[in-house]
Amino acid sequence: MNTIKIAVASGKGGTGKTMVATSLAACLDKYYSVQFLDCDVEAPNAHLFLKPEIDSIQSAEILVPEVDQVACTGCGKCVEVCEFHALAQMGDQILLFPQLCHGCGSCQRVCPVNAIHEIPRKIGNLRSGKVRSGIRFHTGDLTISEPMPTPIIRQLKSRITNETRITILDSPPGASCAVVATIHDADFVILVTEPTPFGLHDLKQMLGVLDQTGSPGGVIINRDGIGDVRVEDYLDQTSCPVMMKIPYQAEIAVGLAKGKILSDFIPQYQSEFLNLYKKILEMIEDKEQVGA
Amino acid sequence: MIIMISSKGETLQSQPNLRFGRAPFFIEYNLSDDAWTAQRNEAVKESSGAGVSTSQYIINQQASAVISGNFGPNAQRALSYAGIKMLTFDDTYKTIQSVIEGFKSNRLEEF
Repeated sequence: MNTIKIAVASGKGGTGKTMVATSLAACLDKYYSVQFLDCDVEAPNAHLFLKPEIDSIQSAEILVPEVDQVACTGCGKCVEVCEFHALAQMGDQILLFPQLCHGCGSCQRVCPVNAIHEIPRKIGNLRSGKVRSGIRFHTGDLTISEPMPTPIIRQLKSRITNETRITILDSPPGASCAVVATIHDADFVILVTEPTPFGLHDLKQMLGVLDQTGSPGGVIINRDGIGDVRVEDYLDQTSCPVMMKIPYQAEIAVGLAKGKILSDFIPQYQSEFLNLYKKILEMIEDKEQVGA
Repeated sequence: MIIMISSKGETLQSQPNLRFGRAPFFIEYNLSDDAWTAQRNEAVKESSGAGVSTSQYIINQQASAVISGNFGPNAQRALSYAGIKMLTFDDTYKTIQSVIEGFKSNRLEEF
């Protein structure tokens, strides 16, 4: 049996992705086996709430070309094929711009004299550990000044095991490549938003992404009570439901600022998150029936 | 000697473009006979690597010097590796013509 992958994304940053993801993981962990992936490798923060004991740290690397300037004939085919302009040619010298390289390997393949081989370049770390309650925890961090989070996210996701019943993926904010790398194969995507014009604008972008990836999704409105009703009005016209609302409340902010998990310091959320999970399962099943 | 200047438009009266990699045009100016052409910069539409791509183009044109408002780190590395001189103008230069005159009278700063 495959693990059920539930991704938590948002569009707008700071809407409460990690609050939702950590609470959902903590609630489900009481009944099922759970693995948690913090895919926001540019600013990981789920460890502040789940407090895992890290037992393994590995380098995250991508393969970049190394040109043997003696064998190189200066034909320029590698420069031509590189979509990302990571290679430039000066006379008969090939110059590499490592931070632009996506590690696709095309340059090596097109070189007619095999003057290019690939060497690993470290761009960050992968960390794994265990939360005391039992959750298996994986996180990555991108080295400061490195521009490309997606290779780390892919390597992080290769640690997902199907023996674990539920996988929670805490996505980066935005609607960029890093988000798509996190959520593209999710069974369900929870979109956390806030009822503000910014929340709505970025939520629309994420709904557009879900149209492309085909995953079913639902919305959690956080800081309910601020802003206006435009998020709900908009969602009424879509097939995407509002699955839960979390009020704008000082008590929540205080608890989170202390690094606590929402469903731990306000226990009523335990049943809310379990209900959320039930609704998610129903929507995944509906989707599968439509697909079949 | 060929110099290239990042430009917003296609004439010597056009405004210089302060950015290098994503300049819409380059004015290629030959100091030996004052002949010039305007060339569209294809790297404008690149999602990444515009600086390297534009540098490669400047190198292929066999320019001796390139003039812009600023150069990013990748462009700087490529151009200096190729031995192309980088010079800058500021926003007091309102036309390409004035940049060329600035170059001829050595008033432009080296990057």
